[in-house]
Amino acid sequence: MRTSPFRVGLIGLSGAVPGILVAVVLFLAIYSWPAIRFNGLSFLVGKTWNLGNLYASPVTVGGFQVPHGAEYGILVFIVGTLATSAIALMIAVPVSLGVAIFLAEGVPERFRPGLSLIVELLAVVPSVVYGLWGVTVLAPLIAHVVAPAFNDVLGFIPFFAGGSATGFGLLTASLVLTLMVVPIITATIYSALRQVADSDKEAAYALGALKFEMATRAMLPAVRGSIVGAVILGLGRALGETMAVLMVSGGAINYLPTTLMSPISTMAAFIVSQLDSAEQDPTGMAVRSLAEIALVLFVITVIVNAAARLITRGLHVGLASRG
Amino acid sequence: MSGLQAAAEFPRLRYRRARGRVGWVLTVVAFLLVAAPLLDILGLVATRGASAVSPAIFTSVTNGISGGLLNAIVGTFVLSGGALILGVPVGVGAGIYLSEFGGGPFGALVRFVADVLTGIPSIVLGYFSYITMVIGLGWQFSALAGAITLALMIIPYIARLTELAFSQLPLSLRESAYALGAPAHKVVFRIVFPPAAPGVLTAALLALAISVGETAPLIYTAGWSNYVWSGRLTHEPIGYLTYVIWSFINQPFASAHALAFAAAFLVVLVVLAINIAARLLLLGSRATVTGG
Repeated sequence: MRTSPFRVGLIGLSGAVPGILVAVVLFLAIYSWPAIRFNGLSFLVGKTWNLGNLYASPVTVGGFQVPHGAEYGILVFIVGTLATSAIALMIAVPVSLGVAIFLAEGVPERFRPGLSLIVELLAVVPSVVYGLWGVTVLAPLIAHVVAPAFNDVLGFIPFFAGGSATGFGLLTASLVLTLMVVPIITATIYSALRQVADSDKEAAYALGALKFEMATRAMLPAVRGSIVGAVILGLGRALGETMAVLMVSGGAINYLPTTLMSPISTMAAFIVSQLDSAEQDPTGMAVRSLAEIALVLFVITVIVNAAARLITRGLHVGLASRG
Repeated sequence: MSGLQAAAEFPRLRYRRARGRVGWVLTVVAFLLVAAPLLDILGLVATRGASAVSPAIFTSVTNGISGGLLNAIVGTFVLSGGALILGVPVGVGAGIYLSEFGGGPFGALVRFVADVLTGIPSIVLGYFSYITMVIGLGWQFSALAGAITLALMIIPYIARLTELAFSQLPLSLRESAYALGAPAHKVVFRIVFPPAAPGVLTAALLALAISVGETAPLIYTAGWSNYVWSGRLTHEPIGYLTYVIWSFINQPFASAHALAFAAAFLVVLVVLAINIAARLLLLGSRATVTGG
């Protein structure tokens, strides 16, 4: 059969989707190539990000024109990204499991739409509004209540000691991230729980299970794959979250976190925060190194999201907004 | 035998009942832990935002850290509208392909990549646009660079939501049209599209909500301007509401904070209104499809 022009047109439009992916990775790779060669492996393991002396004449290092003393290491931001995401998931996963079970089995049918709307709206609030709330409500709460309490009760553990002057830092960023990944994880688990066959539930009841035992011992194991996929999906979101983290993280640079209250920065937040400084680099190496961060972040999130999609394939269409 | 009697006679059952009750209480606590911050966020934005919104917000432009938000309101409108104009045709076309002809390996690839793309941090797309358009093509911070970036972001969403809207319609609808000899494009546009239209509109609305609330990719593409957009597509930065939220809350002035909350109020209001409208639209269309 001859392929009609209509169909060819549709194929062309569909090609835009993989086209975007290829274009982003290609242009980021080409643009950051000089930075990749100049930075080498110290990009990933160095903890100093130094634009160098932007006012002196550039020097030639290893065949590249760079500002004198320039050094681009992103270990601090990798650690910040992993630490915030890990803490956020540690809190978000049990909470999401609880909310999903509550919505799927604990709530009378007629209240379910209203209550699940609350969770869905969490996914709709723009990132920058979470940041606004973090700055005006959460950070002061952390600084004046949570941090002193941690210091008093758990102060013998260095990670919890020291308090926090501003409230901006690792814990605040992680808590804001938690709120942002909970709706994603909850929605995926909830829709999987709703698909558990009635016969599975009845089998559990027939064995004498109470409702809560049925939910935790029969339903949760049945959706194990979806839970794993949901957590990885949440991880993907947490790794790349930008504005909210930027606003409450304290913006650490050249400094690894030592306590729960340490200022930190993540790869995504750092890219935004560096726009002005990087543009002043006459050699352009700073902008290229930022492109290298974007490339690293892109590769990581593609892998994480691809893994999540492969695991939850066919179970849930990703409709949650990301603002 | 009543439950109480049973519990009295079987300590093990009593223990299990207690454990179940504690479990349910924990799930309620989990829900409250999630609901309370949302309500606090909405309450904060509503109270502080409403008191900061005045007619002057809509009629005057930002002047340093005070003034109005006219420039930002117009800018958000232009950037999001531009993103829809650029992104909807591509996204809807891709979605139609996925639903009607996307059974093969190419369809599976597009579907998979679209899902992966929705998880890509928007700042990465913003930086991509920065090096290609803002620097590479020399457009500088501009409305077009911002709108294209938002379009790249929403295309995968629109594609998947359009596919969803189309694939919910019965196969018999297409078969009867094809049986009458209608060519593929007529089947799609005359027969399948009209009942799927509410779903496609929902997709466009949700994409609009995402665009209005987006910040990070615009910082690197649209820039910021105190002036109302003059109509130039390139070489002129453009303001937008989310920028005001991010940047003005960090200024140590009450007037700046008031503007940030006014901007947040407008953004949240629009985003919530769009999402609720989209939900109602979807409910209405479900009713007609299943009822008719």
